[in-house]
Amino acid sequence: MNRKDVLDLDDFTAEEIALVLDTADAMKEVLSRPIKKVPPLRGKTVVILFYESSTRTRVSFELAAKNLSADVVNITASTSSVAKGESLVDTIRTLQALGADMIVIRHSQSGAPYLVAQHLDGSVINAGDGWHAHPTQALLDMYTIRERLGRIAGLSVVIVGDVLHSRVARSNIWGLTKMGAKVTLCGPPTLLPVVSKNGCRGDLPEVTVEHDIDKALSGADVVMGLRIQKERQEGGLLPSLREYVQLYQLTRDRIARAKPGALVMHPGPMNEGIEIAPDVAYSTQSVIENQVSNGVAIRMALLYLLAGHRSKQI
Amino acid sequence: MIEKTIMSEVDVRRALVRIAHEIVERNEGVDGLVLVGMRTRGVPLARRLAQILEGLENAQVSLGELDITLYRDDLDAHGIYPTVRRTDIPVDVTGRSVILVDDVLYTGRSVRAAMDAVIDFGRPRCIQLAVLVDRGHRELPIRPDFVGKNLPTSRDEEVKVRLVETDGVDEVVIAKDVPE
Repeated sequence: MNRKDVLDLDDFTAEEIALVLDTADAMKEVLSRPIKKVPPLRGKTVVILFYESSTRTRVSFELAAKNLSADVVNITASTSSVAKGESLVDTIRTLQALGADMIVIRHSQSGAPYLVAQHLDGSVINAGDGWHAHPTQALLDMYTIRERLGRIAGLSVVIVGDVLHSRVARSNIWGLTKMGAKVTLCGPPTLLPVVSKNGCRGDLPEVTVEHDIDKALSGADVVMGLRIQKERQEGGLLPSLREYVQLYQLTRDRIARAKPGALVMHPGPMNEGIEIAPDVAYSTQSVIENQVSNGVAIRMALLYLLAGHRSKQI
Repeated sequence: MIEKTIMSEVDVRRALVRIAHEIVERNEGVDGLVLVGMRTRGVPLARRLAQILEGLENAQVSLGELDITLYRDDLDAHGIYPTVRRTDIPVDVTGRSVILVDDVLYTGRSVRAAMDAVIDFGRPRCIQLAVLVDRGHRELPIRPDFVGKNLPTSRDEEVKVRLVETDGVDEVVIAKDVPE
Protein backbone atom coordinates (compact mmCIF):
# COMPACT_ATOMS: atom_id res chain seq x y z
CA MET A 1 0.00 0.00 0.00
CA ASN A 2 1.61 3.20 -1.14
CA ARG A 3 0.69 5.65 1.60
CA LYS A 4 2.32 7.08 4.69
CA ASP A 5 -0.70 7.52 6.94
CA VAL A 6 -4.20 6.24 7.61
CA LEU A 7 -6.18 9.31 8.67
CA ASP A 8 -9.64 8.58 7.24
CA LEU A 9 -11.13 6.45 4.47
CA ASP A 10 -12.10 9.42 2.27
CA ASP A 11 -8.77 9.20 0.42
CA PHE A 12 -8.80 5.40 0.10
CA THR A 13 -9.63 3.65 -3.17
CA ALA A 14 -11.84 0.55 -3.21
CA GLU A 15 -8.73 -1.44 -4.22
CA GLU A 16 -6.81 -0.23 -1.17
CA ILE A 17 -9.69 -1.15 1.13
CA ALA A 18 -9.86 -4.60 -0.47
CA LEU A 19 -6.08 -5.01 0.04
CA VAL A 20 -6.45 -4.16 3.75
CA LEU A 21 -9.31 -6.65 4.14
CA ASP A 22 -7.39 -9.40 2.29
CA THR A 23 -4.30 -8.77 4.41
CA ALA A 24 -6.46 -8.91 7.54
CA ASP A 25 -7.63 -12.32 6.37
CA ALA A 26 -4.03 -13.56 6.44
CA MET A 27 -3.53 -11.91 9.84
CA LYS A 28 -6.63 -13.58 11.22
CA GLU A 29 -5.06 -16.94 10.40
CA VAL A 30 -1.98 -15.88 12.39
CA LEU A 31 -4.27 -15.17 15.35
CA SER A 32 -5.59 -18.73 15.21
CA ARG A 33 -2.12 -20.25 15.65
CA PRO A 34 -0.75 -21.59 18.93
CA ILE A 35 1.99 -18.93 18.71
CA LYS A 36 0.26 -15.72 17.63
CA LYS A 37 3.44 -13.86 16.83
CA VAL A 38 5.14 -13.22 13.50
CA PRO A 39 8.37 -11.28 12.90
CA PRO A 40 7.87 -8.59 10.20
CA LEU A 41 8.04 -5.48 12.45
CA ARG A 42 11.05 -6.57 14.52
CA GLY A 43 13.08 -3.53 15.51
CA LYS A 44 10.29 -1.07 14.77
CA THR A 45 8.76 1.10 17.47
CA VAL A 46 5.04 1.80 17.56
CA VAL A 47 3.88 4.56 19.90
CA ILE A 48 0.26 4.43 21.02
CA LEU A 49 -0.67 7.96 22.04
CA PHE A 50 -4.17 8.31 23.52
CA TYR A 51 -5.62 11.63 24.63
CA GLU A 52 -9.03 10.02 25.23
CA SER A 53 -10.08 6.96 27.19
CA SER A 54 -10.39 3.67 25.39
CA THR A 55 -10.30 -0.03 26.13
CA ARG A 56 -10.87 -1.98 22.97
CA THR A 57 -9.10 0.25 20.45
CA ARG A 58 -6.00 0.79 22.59
CA VAL A 59 -5.65 -2.85 23.63
CA SER A 60 -6.33 -4.04 20.12
CA PHE A 61 -3.61 -1.78 18.63
CA GLU A 62 -1.18 -2.88 21.32
CA LEU A 63 -1.85 -6.58 20.68
CA ALA A 64 -1.67 -6.02 16.92
CA ALA A 65 1.75 -4.34 17.14
CA LYS A 66 3.08 -6.96 19.56
CA ASN A 67 1.82 -9.82 17.38
CA LEU A 68 3.94 -8.36 14.57
CA SER A 69 6.98 -8.21 16.93
CA ALA A 70 7.13 -4.40 17.11
CA ASP A 71 8.23 -2.65 20.28
CA VAL A 72 5.24 -0.85 21.76
CA VAL A 73 5.20 2.28 23.87
CA ASN A 74 1.90 3.33 25.44
CA ILE A 75 1.30 6.95 26.36
CA THR A 76 -1.84 8.32 27.95
CA ALA A 77 -2.21 12.07 28.20
CA SER A 78 -2.79 12.10 31.96
CA THR A 79 0.55 10.44 32.79
CA SER A 80 2.75 12.25 30.24
CA SER A 81 4.19 15.74 29.86
CA VAL A 82 0.89 16.67 28.23
CA ALA A 83 -0.34 17.10 31.80
CA LYS A 84 2.44 19.70 32.23
CA GLY A 85 1.15 21.61 29.23
CA GLU A 86 3.38 20.28 26.44
CA SER A 87 1.82 20.95 23.03
CA LEU A 88 0.86 18.18 20.64
CA VAL A 89 3.52 19.20 18.13
CA ASP A 90 6.24 19.23 20.79
CA THR A 91 5.12 15.82 21.99
CA ILE A 92 5.40 14.50 18.43
CA ARG A 93 8.88 16.03 17.98
CA THR A 94 9.97 14.38 21.21
CA LEU A 95 8.60 11.01 20.15
CA GLN A 96 10.28 11.34 16.75
CA ALA A 97 13.61 12.12 18.45
CA LEU A 98 13.13 9.03 20.63
CA GLY A 99 12.81 6.90 17.50
CA ALA A 100 9.10 6.32 16.95
CA ASP A 101 8.51 4.64 13.58
CA MET A 102 4.73 4.81 13.76
CA ILE A 103 2.28 6.69 15.93
CA VAL A 104 -1.25 5.57 16.63
CA ILE A 105 -3.17 8.57 17.94
CA ARG A 106 -6.56 9.19 19.49
CA HIS A 107 -7.51 12.78 20.20
CA SER A 108 -10.68 14.63 21.12
CA GLN A 109 -9.91 17.36 18.55
CA SER A 110 -11.01 16.56 15.02
CA GLY A 111 -8.03 16.84 12.69
CA ALA A 112 -5.31 16.32 15.32
CA PRO A 113 -3.88 13.26 13.51
CA TYR A 114 -3.43 15.38 10.36
CA LEU A 115 -1.27 17.81 12.31
CA VAL A 116 0.74 14.91 13.72
CA ALA A 117 1.23 13.47 10.23
CA GLN A 118 2.77 16.74 9.06
CA HIS A 119 5.38 16.64 11.82
CA LEU A 120 6.31 12.97 11.76
CA ASP A 121 8.48 11.23 9.14
CA GLY A 122 6.96 7.91 10.12
CA SER A 123 3.38 6.74 9.67
CA VAL A 124 0.37 7.98 11.60
CA ILE A 125 -2.77 5.95 12.18
CA ASN A 126 -5.87 7.77 13.34
CA ALA A 127 -7.49 5.80 16.18
CA GLY A 128 -10.34 8.30 16.46
CA ASP A 129 -10.35 12.10 16.32
CA GLY A 130 -13.27 14.06 17.76
CA TRP A 131 -16.44 13.63 15.72
CA HIS A 132 -14.42 13.29 12.55
CA ALA A 133 -13.09 9.84 11.73
CA HIS A 134 -12.29 6.39 13.05
CA PRO A 135 -10.99 4.57 9.98
CA THR A 136 -9.76 1.39 11.69
CA GLN A 137 -13.20 0.81 13.20
CA ALA A 138 -14.84 1.23 9.79
CA LEU A 139 -12.34 -1.21 8.24
CA LEU A 140 -12.99 -3.85 10.90
CA ASP A 141 -16.74 -3.34 10.45
CA MET A 142 -16.37 -3.89 6.70
CA TYR A 143 -14.14 -6.91 7.34
CA THR A 144 -16.78 -8.40 9.65
CA ILE A 145 -19.52 -7.78 7.09
CA ARG A 146 -17.50 -9.36 4.28
CA GLU A 147 -16.55 -12.31 6.48
CA ARG A 148 -20.19 -13.02 7.39
CA LEU A 149 -22.04 -12.11 4.20
CA GLY A 150 -19.32 -12.78 1.63
CA ARG A 151 -19.42 -9.33 0.06
CA ILE A 152 -20.06 -5.64 0.68
CA ALA A 153 -21.14 -4.41 -2.75
CA GLY A 154 -24.90 -4.21 -3.15
CA LEU A 155 -25.70 -4.65 0.54
CA SER A 156 -28.10 -2.36 2.35
CA VAL A 157 -26.52 -1.04 5.55
CA VAL A 158 -28.58 0.98 8.04
CA ILE A 159 -26.78 3.10 10.63
CA VAL A 160 -29.08 3.94 13.53
CA GLY A 161 -28.65 6.53 16.25
CA ASP A 162 -26.41 9.48 16.99
CA VAL A 163 -24.73 9.86 13.60
CA LEU A 164 -24.00 13.53 14.23
CA HIS A 165 -21.41 12.91 16.94
CA SER A 166 -20.16 9.61 15.50
CA ARG A 167 -16.71 9.35 13.94
CA VAL A 168 -17.43 5.64 13.44
CA ALA A 169 -20.46 6.45 11.29
CA ARG A 170 -18.56 9.01 9.22
CA SER A 171 -15.71 6.65 8.38
CA ASN A 172 -18.14 3.83 7.68
CA ILE A 173 -20.12 6.02 5.29
CA TRP A 174 -16.94 6.66 3.30
CA GLY A 175 -15.77 3.07 3.32
CA LEU A 176 -19.09 1.34 2.70
CA THR A 177 -20.10 3.60 -0.19
CA LYS A 178 -16.67 3.17 -1.82
CA MET A 179 -17.17 -0.59 -1.59
CA GLY A 180 -20.56 -0.32 -3.28
CA ALA A 181 -22.95 -0.68 -0.32
CA LYS A 182 -26.11 1.38 0.01
CA VAL A 183 -26.05 3.32 3.28
CA THR A 184 -29.13 4.59 5.12
CA LEU A 185 -28.91 6.83 8.18
CA CYS A 186 -31.69 6.65 10.73
CA GLY A 187 -32.29 8.68 13.89
CA PRO A 188 -33.94 11.80 15.23
CA PRO A 189 -33.28 14.84 12.96
CA THR A 190 -31.24 16.54 15.69
CA LEU A 191 -28.75 13.65 15.74
CA LEU A 192 -28.20 13.35 11.99
CA PRO A 193 -25.83 15.45 9.90
CA VAL A 194 -27.55 18.20 7.92
CA VAL A 195 -28.77 16.73 4.66
CA SER A 196 -30.31 17.94 1.45
CA LYS A 197 -32.91 16.05 -0.55
CA ASN A 198 -30.24 14.17 -2.46
CA GLY A 199 -28.21 13.04 0.46
CA CYS A 200 -25.72 14.50 2.87
CA ARG A 201 -24.66 18.05 2.38
CA GLY A 202 -21.05 18.95 2.60
CA ASP A 203 -18.33 16.48 1.83
CA LEU A 204 -19.96 13.15 2.70
CA PRO A 205 -20.86 10.79 -0.14
CA GLU A 206 -24.49 10.18 -1.04
CA VAL A 207 -26.58 8.36 1.55
CA THR A 208 -30.28 7.93 2.24
CA VAL A 209 -31.86 9.42 5.34
CA GLU A 210 -34.95 7.87 6.92
CA HIS A 211 -36.33 9.04 10.26
CA ASP A 212 -38.86 6.20 10.58
CA ILE A 213 -36.90 3.22 11.94
CA ASP A 214 -39.43 0.63 10.76
CA LYS A 215 -39.11 1.86 7.18
CA ALA A 216 -35.33 2.18 7.45
CA LEU A 217 -34.82 -1.38 8.68
CA SER A 218 -37.07 -3.09 6.20
CA GLY A 219 -34.94 -5.21 3.89
CA ALA A 220 -31.64 -4.27 5.56
CA ASP A 221 -28.67 -6.65 5.31
CA VAL A 222 -26.76 -4.97 8.14
CA VAL A 223 -28.03 -2.91 11.09
CA MET A 224 -25.38 -0.86 12.84
CA GLY A 225 -26.31 0.71 16.18
CA LEU A 226 -24.36 3.66 17.53
CA ARG A 227 -23.77 4.63 21.13
CA ILE A 228 -25.88 7.46 22.50
CA GLN A 229 -23.02 9.57 23.80
CA LYS A 230 -24.53 10.73 27.07
CA GLU A 231 -21.59 13.05 27.63
CA ARG A 232 -22.46 14.86 24.41
CA GLN A 233 -26.24 15.15 24.99
CA GLU A 234 -26.29 18.23 27.19
CA GLY A 235 -27.25 20.63 24.41
CA GLY A 236 -30.88 19.53 24.39
CA LEU A 237 -30.65 17.52 21.17
CA LEU A 238 -32.90 14.84 22.67
CA PRO A 239 -36.05 15.65 24.66
CA SER A 240 -35.28 12.61 26.81
CA LEU A 241 -33.45 9.30 26.67
CA ARG A 242 -36.79 7.61 27.27
CA GLU A 243 -38.19 9.09 24.06
CA TYR A 244 -35.14 7.92 22.13
CA VAL A 245 -35.56 4.41 23.52
CA GLN A 246 -39.23 4.38 22.49
CA LEU A 247 -38.56 5.56 18.96
CA TYR A 248 -35.15 4.21 18.01
CA GLN A 249 -33.94 1.41 20.29
CA LEU A 250 -32.92 -1.68 18.32
CA THR A 251 -35.41 -4.25 19.58
CA ARG A 252 -36.16 -7.81 18.50
CA ASP A 253 -39.39 -6.67 16.79
CA ARG A 254 -37.62 -3.96 14.83
CA ILE A 255 -34.70 -6.19 13.78
CA ALA A 256 -37.29 -8.69 12.49
CA ARG A 257 -38.07 -6.20 9.70
CA ALA A 258 -34.56 -6.58 8.31
CA LYS A 259 -33.65 -9.49 6.03
CA PRO A 260 -33.51 -12.92 7.68
CA GLY A 261 -29.95 -13.41 8.90
CA ALA A 262 -29.21 -9.68 8.84
CA LEU A 263 -26.21 -8.72 10.95
CA VAL A 264 -26.51 -6.60 14.08
CA MET A 265 -23.41 -4.52 14.76
CA HIS A 266 -22.28 -1.97 17.34
CA PRO A 267 -18.86 -0.33 17.66
CA GLY A 268 -19.02 -0.38 21.46
CA PRO A 269 -19.10 0.53 24.20
CA MET A 270 -22.81 -0.24 24.34
CA ASN A 271 -25.48 1.34 26.50
CA GLU A 272 -27.61 -1.76 26.82
CA GLY A 273 -31.26 -0.86 27.18
CA ILE A 274 -30.75 2.53 25.50
CA GLU A 275 -29.73 2.26 21.85
CA ILE A 276 -29.86 -1.54 21.81
CA ALA A 277 -31.94 -4.07 23.74
CA PRO A 278 -29.81 -6.65 25.58
CA ASP A 279 -31.53 -9.59 23.86
CA VAL A 280 -30.58 -8.09 20.48
CA ALA A 281 -27.00 -7.39 21.52
CA TYR A 282 -26.51 -11.04 22.50
CA SER A 283 -28.67 -12.66 19.81
CA THR A 284 -27.36 -15.05 17.17
CA GLN A 285 -27.56 -12.23 14.63
CA SER A 286 -25.22 -10.07 16.69
CA VAL A 287 -21.59 -9.95 15.52
CA ILE A 288 -20.53 -7.41 18.13
CA GLU A 289 -17.93 -9.71 19.69
CA ASN A 290 -16.61 -10.69 16.24
CA GLN A 291 -16.09 -6.98 15.56
CA VAL A 292 -13.85 -6.75 18.62
CA SER A 293 -11.73 -9.77 17.73
CA ASN A 294 -11.49 -8.78 14.05
CA GLY A 295 -10.13 -5.42 15.22
CA VAL A 296 -6.77 -6.99 16.03
CA ALA A 297 -6.46 -8.54 12.55
CA ILE A 298 -7.36 -5.28 10.79
CA ARG A 299 -4.84 -3.30 12.85
CA MET A 300 -2.13 -5.88 12.18
CA ALA A 301 -2.89 -5.52 8.47
CA LEU A 302 -2.57 -1.72 8.60
CA LEU A 303 0.63 -1.71 10.65
CA TYR A 304 2.17 -4.23 8.24
CA LEU A 305 1.06 -2.41 5.10
CA LEU A 306 2.35 0.96 6.35
CA ALA A 307 5.67 -0.36 7.61
CA GLY A 308 7.17 -0.60 4.13
CA HIS A 309 6.64 3.08 3.51
CA ARG A 310 9.33 4.19 5.92
CA SER A 311 11.92 1.73 4.67
CA LYS A 312 11.42 3.12 1.17
CA GLN A 313 12.55 6.58 2.27
CA ILE A 314 15.79 5.42 3.85
CA MET B 1 15.44 -12.66 -23.27
CA ILE B 2 16.08 -16.11 -24.68
CA GLU B 3 14.50 -19.18 -23.13
CA LYS B 4 15.68 -22.76 -23.25
CA THR B 5 13.38 -25.57 -22.17
CA ILE B 6 14.94 -27.73 -19.49
CA MET B 7 12.00 -29.94 -18.51
CA SER B 8 8.91 -30.78 -20.54
CA GLU B 9 5.49 -31.76 -19.22
CA VAL B 10 6.53 -35.43 -19.24
CA ASP B 11 9.81 -34.65 -17.45
CA VAL B 12 7.93 -32.76 -14.71
CA ARG B 13 5.52 -35.64 -14.22
CA ARG B 14 8.29 -38.26 -14.09
CA ALA B 15 10.29 -36.18 -11.63
CA LEU B 16 7.29 -35.85 -9.31
CA VAL B 17 6.58 -39.61 -9.49
CA ARG B 18 10.21 -40.35 -8.63
CA ILE B 19 10.18 -37.86 -5.73
CA ALA B 20 6.97 -39.48 -4.43
CA HIS B 21 8.66 -42.90 -4.45
CA GLU B 22 11.68 -41.48 -2.63
CA ILE B 23 9.43 -39.87 -0.02
CA VAL B 24 7.69 -43.21 0.63
CA GLU B 25 11.03 -45.01 0.83
CA ARG B 26 12.64 -42.49 3.17
CA ASN B 27 9.62 -42.22 5.47
CA GLU B 28 8.59 -45.89 5.27
CA GLY B 29 5.12 -45.00 4.01
CA VAL B 30 3.08 -41.85 4.38
CA ASP B 31 2.00 -42.22 8.00
CA GLY B 32 2.35 -38.94 9.89
CA LEU B 33 3.42 -36.99 6.80
CA VAL B 34 2.27 -33.45 6.09
CA LEU B 35 3.06 -31.95 2.69
CA VAL B 36 3.33 -28.17 2.91
CA GLY B 37 3.44 -26.27 -0.37
CA MET B 38 5.23 -22.92 -0.37
CA ARG B 39 3.33 -20.23 -2.22
CA THR B 40 2.94 -19.77 -5.08
CA ARG B 41 4.05 -22.75 -7.17
CA GLY B 42 4.92 -25.06 -4.30
CA VAL B 43 1.19 -25.32 -3.57
CA PRO B 44 0.12 -27.09 -6.79
CA LEU B 45 3.30 -29.19 -6.69
CA ALA B 46 2.48 -30.36 -3.15
CA ARG B 47 -1.08 -31.13 -4.24
CA ARG B 48 0.20 -33.27 -7.14
CA LEU B 49 2.71 -35.07 -4.92
CA ALA B 50 -0.05 -35.82 -2.40
CA GLN B 51 -2.18 -37.30 -5.19
CA ILE B 52 0.64 -39.53 -6.39
CA LEU B 53 1.44 -40.60 -2.80
CA GLU B 54 -2.20 -41.45 -2.14
CA GLY B 55 -2.22 -43.61 -5.28
CA LEU B 56 0.98 -45.38 -4.25
CA GLU B 57 0.09 -46.03 -0.62
CA ASN B 58 -3.69 -46.02 -0.74
CA ALA B 59 -3.82 -43.67 2.24
CA GLN B 60 -4.78 -40.07 2.90
CA VAL B 61 -1.92 -37.53 2.94
CA SER B 62 -2.31 -34.21 4.83
CA LEU B 63 -1.74 -31.11 2.78
CA GLY B 64 -1.05 -27.49 3.74
CA GLU B 65 -0.23 -24.15 2.12
CA LEU B 66 2.38 -21.78 3.47
CA ASP B 67 2.94 -18.09 2.80
CA ILE B 68 6.39 -17.06 4.00
CA THR B 69 6.03 -13.30 3.46
CA LEU B 70 5.86 -12.40 7.17
CA TYR B 71 9.13 -14.32 7.76
CA ARG B 72 11.18 -12.87 4.90
CA ASP B 73 14.57 -11.35 5.75
CA ASP B 74 14.40 -8.73 2.99
CA LEU B 75 11.16 -6.89 3.87
CA ASP B 76 12.97 -3.59 4.32
CA ALA B 77 14.95 -3.94 1.10
CA HIS B 78 12.28 -3.03 -1.42
CA GLY B 79 10.08 -0.34 0.08
CA ILE B 80 6.42 -1.28 0.15
CA TYR B 81 5.94 -4.64 1.82
CA PRO B 82 4.74 -7.49 -0.40
CA THR B 83 1.16 -8.77 -0.22
CA VAL B 84 0.60 -11.37 2.49
CA ARG B 85 -1.59 -14.30 1.63
CA ARG B 86 -3.24 -16.84 3.84
CA THR B 87 -1.38 -19.77 5.33
CA ASP B 88 -3.42 -22.92 5.82
CA ILE B 89 -1.96 -25.86 7.71
CA PRO B 90 -5.02 -27.91 8.69
CA VAL B 91 -3.29 -30.39 11.03
CA ASP B 92 -1.13 -30.08 14.14
CA VAL B 93 2.47 -30.46 12.92
CA THR B 94 3.77 -31.54 16.34
CA GLY B 95 5.30 -35.02 16.08
CA ARG B 96 4.72 -35.24 12.32
CA SER B 97 7.17 -35.21 9.44
CA VAL B 98 6.70 -32.02 7.48
CA ILE B 99 7.79 -32.02 3.85
CA LEU B 100 8.21 -28.52 2.46
CA VAL B 101 7.57 -28.36 -1.28
CA ASP B 102 8.80 -25.57 -3.55
CA ASP B 103 9.46 -25.13 -7.25
CA VAL B 104 13.02 -23.75 -7.29
CA LEU B 105 15.72 -23.92 -4.60
CA TYR B 106 18.19 -21.05 -5.00
CA THR B 107 19.70 -19.05 -2.11
CA GLY B 108 17.84 -21.05 0.55
CA ARG B 109 16.44 -17.92 2.17
CA SER B 110 12.80 -18.82 1.42
CA VAL B 111 13.35 -22.25 2.96
CA ARG B 112 14.83 -20.67 6.09
CA ALA B 113 11.72 -18.49 6.35
CA ALA B 114 9.46 -21.49 5.76
CA MET B 115 11.17 -23.53 8.50
CA ASP B 116 10.71 -20.67 10.99
CA ALA B 117 7.06 -20.44 10.01
CA VAL B 118 6.42 -24.19 10.35
CA ILE B 119 8.07 -24.28 13.78
CA ASP B 120 5.66 -21.55 14.94
CA PHE B 121 2.87 -24.07 14.33
CA GLY B 122 4.36 -26.70 16.62
CA ARG B 123 7.35 -29.02 16.97
CA PRO B 124 7.53 -31.32 13.97
CA ARG B 125 9.39 -34.63 14.27
CA CYS B 126 11.44 -33.51 11.27
CA ILE B 127 11.30 -31.16 8.32
CA GLN B 128 12.30 -32.36 4.86
CA LEU B 129 12.58 -30.40 1.64
CA ALA B 130 11.36 -31.38 -1.83
CA VAL B 131 12.04 -29.13 -4.84
CA LEU B 132 11.42 -29.52 -8.54
CA VAL B 133 14.66 -27.74 -9.47
CA ASP B 134 17.84 -27.09 -7.47
CA ARG B 135 19.76 -24.33 -9.24
CA GLY B 136 22.59 -23.92 -6.71
CA HIS B 137 24.08 -20.68 -5.29
CA ARG B 138 23.08 -21.32 -1.68
CA GLU B 139 23.61 -18.48 0.81
CA LEU B 140 22.56 -20.52 3.85
CA PRO B 141 23.47 -24.03 5.03
CA ILE B 142 20.40 -25.71 3.49
CA ARG B 143 20.19 -28.78 1.25
CA PRO B 144 17.18 -30.47 -0.29
CA ASP B 145 16.12 -34.03 0.56
CA PHE B 146 14.30 -34.65 -2.73
CA VAL B 147 15.24 -33.01 -6.04
CA GLY B 148 13.48 -33.23 -9.40
CA LYS B 149 16.45 -31.91 -11.33
CA ASN B 150 19.84 -30.46 -10.44
CA LEU B 151 20.41 -27.53 -12.74
CA PRO B 152 23.77 -25.73 -12.73
CA THR B 153 23.08 -22.06 -13.49
CA SER B 154 24.83 -18.74 -13.35
CA ARG B 155 23.38 -15.94 -11.24
CA ASP B 156 22.36 -13.85 -14.25
CA GLU B 157 20.11 -16.59 -15.53
CA GLU B 158 16.52 -17.03 -14.42
CA VAL B 159 14.84 -20.38 -13.87
CA LYS B 160 11.11 -20.30 -14.54
CA VAL B 161 8.84 -23.13 -13.50
CA ARG B 162 5.47 -22.99 -15.21
CA LEU B 163 2.60 -25.17 -14.05
CA VAL B 164 -0.81 -25.81 -15.56
CA GLU B 165 -2.54 -24.57 -12.39
CA THR B 166 -0.80 -21.19 -12.38
CA ASP B 167 0.55 -20.66 -15.90
CA GLY B 168 -1.49 -22.92 -18.18
CA VAL B 169 1.44 -25.17 -19.13
CA ASP B 170 3.87 -27.59 -17.45
CA GLU B 171 7.50 -26.77 -18.20
CA VAL B 172 10.79 -25.56 -16.75
CA VAL B 173 12.82 -23.06 -18.75
CA ILE B 174 16.05 -21.23 -18.22
CA ALA B 175 15.98 -17.60 -19.35
CA LYS B 176 18.85 -15.25 -20.03
CA ASP B 177 19.08 -11.64 -21.11
CA VAL B 178 20.94 -11.26 -24.37
CA PRO B 179 22.86 -8.03 -24.92
CA GLU B 180 21.52 -6.24 -28.00
